[in-house]
Amino acid sequence: MPLFDRKDKSRYASFTRRTLLVTGGMTGVFAALAGRLYQLQVIEGQEFMTRAEDNRVNERLTAPLRGRILDRFGVELATNRRNFRVLVVPEQATDGVKAALATLGRVIVIGDAERDRVLREVTANKPFVPVLVADNLDWDQFASINLHLPYLSGIQPDVGETRSYPFADEMSHILGYVASVSPEEMRADDDPLLSLPGFRIGKRGIEKEFESEIRGKAGAERVEVNAYGRVIRELSRDPGTPGSDVYLTIDEQVQNFLAQRMAGESAACVMMDVSNGDVLALASTPGFDPNLFNVGITNAQWKALLDDDHKPLLNKAIDGVYPPGSTFKPCVAMGAVDMGLGDFTTFCTGSITLGDHVFHCWKPSGHGHVDMRTGIQHSCDVFFWELSKRMGIDAIEDTAYKLGLGKLTGIELPGERAGTVPGRAWKQSTFGVPWQQGDTLVAAIGQGYTLATPLQLCTATARIASGNQIAPRITRVVGNTVQPRPEKLALPFSDAAILTVQEGMQMVLQPGGTAYGFRITEPGYEMAGKTGTAQVRKITESEHLAGVKKNATLPWKLRDHGLFVGFAPIQAPRYACACVVEHHSDGHPQVQIVRDALLFAQQRRTAELPTDYPISAAKNLMPQGSRT
Amino acid sequence: MNARAYAAARRTLSAADKLAEINWGLVLLIAVIACIGFAMLYSVAGGHFSPWADKQIVRFAIGMILLVGVALVDIRVWMNIAYPAYAASLLLLVAVEIAGRVGLGAQRWLELGPLQLQPSEPMKIALILALARYLHGLGVEDVSKPLKLFIPLAMIGAPTVLVLMQPNLGTATILTADGCSLLFLAGLSWWWIAPTVTGVIGAIPVAWRFLHDYQKQRILTFLHPQNDALGAGWNISQAEIAIGSGGVGGKGFGQGTQSQLNFLPEKETDFIFTSIGEEFGFIGAVTLLVLFAVVIGYGIRIGMSSRSQFGRLVALGVTLNFFFYIMINAAMVMGLIPVVGIPMPLISYGGTAMLTVMIGFGLLMSVHVHRQVEIPRGAAGLF
Repeated sequence: MPLFDRKDKSRYASFTRRTLLVTGGMTGVFAALAGRLYQLQVIEGQEFMTRAEDNRVNERLTAPLRGRILDRFGVELATNRRNFRVLVVPEQATDGVKAALATLGRVIVIGDAERDRVLREVTANKPFVPVLVADNLDWDQFASINLHLPYLSGIQPDVGETRSYPFADEMSHILGYVASVSPEEMRADDDPLLSLPGFRIGKRGIEKEFESEIRGKAGAERVEVNAYGRVIRELSRDPGTPGSDVYLTIDEQVQNFLAQRMAGESAACVMMDVSNGDVLALASTPGFDPNLFNVGITNAQWKALLDDDHKPLLNKAIDGVYPPGSTFKPCVAMGAVDMGLGDFTTFCTGSITLGDHVFHCWKPSGHGHVDMRTGIQHSCDVFFWELSKRMGIDAIEDTAYKLGLGKLTGIELPGERAGTVPGRAWKQSTFGVPWQQGDTLVAAIGQGYTLATPLQLCTATARIASGNQIAPRITRVVGNTVQPRPEKLALPFSDAAILTVQEGMQMVLQPGGTAYGFRITEPGYEMAGKTGTAQVRKITESEHLAGVKKNATLPWKLRDHGLFVGFAPIQAPRYACACVVEHHSDGHPQVQIVRDALLFAQQRRTAELPTDYPISAAKNLMPQGSRT
Repeated sequence: MNARAYAAARRTLSAADKLAEINWGLVLLIAVIACIGFAMLYSVAGGHFSPWADKQIVRFAIGMILLVGVALVDIRVWMNIAYPAYAASLLLLVAVEIAGRVGLGAQRWLELGPLQLQPSEPMKIALILALARYLHGLGVEDVSKPLKLFIPLAMIGAPTVLVLMQPNLGTATILTADGCSLLFLAGLSWWWIAPTVTGVIGAIPVAWRFLHDYQKQRILTFLHPQNDALGAGWNISQAEIAIGSGGVGGKGFGQGTQSQLNFLPEKETDFIFTSIGEEFGFIGAVTLLVLFAVVIGYGIRIGMSSRSQFGRLVALGVTLNFFFYIMINAAMVMGLIPVVGIPMPLISYGGTAMLTVMIGFGLLMSVHVHRQVEIPRGAAGLF
């Protein structure tokens, strides 16, 4: 049997040694590989499992249904309507997207700009991503697309939800509107919903004030996707929480009546329930169509809104400030009575002189003997000048604050302004000059520095009418919560003071009163009130001598503002109302508007408040410690 | 020594006897591993035999026939054709350099009518054969003589340079590793080995300048995968996620989300090991590594039992070649080394690699069948 030769023997021994070394090396490599597997799969396995899930599962937010806004009786003021849309899915368009759009173009109109946008988006996205072609289609268009669907390859009809305001202009300032999220809003709010394409948020009014309640909570859709982002299947779906409905104190009928009654004027009018501060109507004309902002306002439309000198975007009822004029006189009278000046009388000759300056009463021939009630009735300037000399500015200032002027009323609307109640400290800090007695005279008749919003004027009137510290509220119920109301306290004035002023305001609508011609004649519905005029331009001494120009002969922008505040009925008042008509023409439209609105509200037969929202807690709304 | 062994030594073994001599246990083991490959190809195709598993089964069947055929041919025949085979493979590599079409950014394929040939694959076998033949004729003390050493180094260097020019870093690495391993096993002096290893490490910065941009990119990506998480680093990080997310027990056959949802790149070829890790977990991946290790153990045992130096070196060469495939592929998909285009043997989809590996196992089997054959040192190639 042949064996290895000697040399081969040594070769074999060397080979065996080296093979053992190599085997050892390979064993080491296998151990390292297994160790790496152990590290990846056993030690870090959980982490990689999470990352694989992150790869696989795509969470997509779904927008919750936005809460509705309703009036006090449950009439929908802002709601969601179905938005008929049409999409194109590029990979399903057998003859290409261009051909699909051309065919669709025979069913609905597609503009060139839209077509270009669609084609651009199609190239930018993966072929299975649907691209919006048109939305807000009417039912006929939508039905027609569905009818022709067999011939429309790649075209996908779809129904979404969009905001809708059935009353458009009439409610625009209360409701506000929704529109696309701006980059600043995106930064300020970390709700992931905001980054959802096409998501809309409230920009003004109730829509903005109660945005977080109305918006609701995002839903989530978990889908399995592949590496290219294509959805393989749906894993789970969370519908989210729909937004809360908001019930306003607004009475849709009164609001619409007012808005239509004021149409054509640049005006604001607020009506309030004097028993609890419920704002029944808060109108500002002209309005705008909030639906425009939702579907996308054009540049021309936006420019038209901005350029209109009647300022349709401004809510004049809370964001417009006006000198209250003579509507401020009941306020002065209120303070005077409690200072012991209730029996003060004076003789009006048509003017008074202070230093070398002559102050003219609005009636050049004078009012003769005037007391507190007739002072209000005739709106006698000289009486209030003489009265203010005895009161001093501090007492007037104090009374104005007590009636709710000069500070925010706290109504649940964004953009409210506080107005101005001038005083010594205010003038010193604002202009750096001390208060003069002339300033007191000007303030006593509501001119000069004094500024108030129509809402503040209405609040002051409601306080005079009820004797309670009424604060305006515009929401009753948000979601399932009855809106809390501040404790209602009696006004810090004597019954005598309140009664005197109320009687003076009644006499305004009686023979000899400044608004006698505009009284409510229906028995039981009679109103009390106070007229006022806010000068827009300064009337010079020379003009006084030459004879003051008639308001109506001036250019619109230079005419005075007409004001009127009123409440009704005079026995047990229910409603207060304040109206400002900017640059009014003859015929006192502001008085007519308040008269018609008060009559309409009183005569309106309303059912009980509906019980489809929780008003069981309504006892919280009952006045406490108040005059009845 | 039994009669059959004696007959083998005398070269009078019948074909039937040779068939009986084949190590069927090893063949079965190879078939089991290949079946794991079919199953994974079926799985990553979303539960379909088409387009990969069916073709792979056909290729494996052809490979199996080749394995048995190669095993039955006398080892001395293989020794005789070692140099011609090497020469032919080298010519093909030159041809692909001249005429090869550009595929995947590198000249690797030779179009021969309907057949696509990747000459770097047969070169691996030819290099092992040629080196084994050359080293068979040298005594331990001869291997380290500079003049004797020059020839095998040239035999390794020539194809390596040609493959690098394609460029194909992975195959060049394997060719060099195969060749150097054989020199080491043949008894190359440590006086050569130690300075060479030191020199190679020192030369790395120089070699960097000769790398192609995509190769540099791969290495940079390997070192800092987070710098390019959506580009080239994507492959590595997705592969790690796939393996890691398999956990201990795996997600189940056909349930691998990374491969089923196409997060894995080249899931049917170079990255198929990640699918195994994902669907069968740590247990499955380690089991496959153990099966591979058993195959390698078989190869070492066969080499140790051969009575000829040629047989020993061929057996170990083929076995190490198989090992290098596994090591580089597994380490690459697990993020241990940069990405190079090396498939997982017997598992990855691909014809050329499958045939090379099966022919290699055929040679291993031939060494086993003819383990008793003694070949005189000086009379190499003489019958």
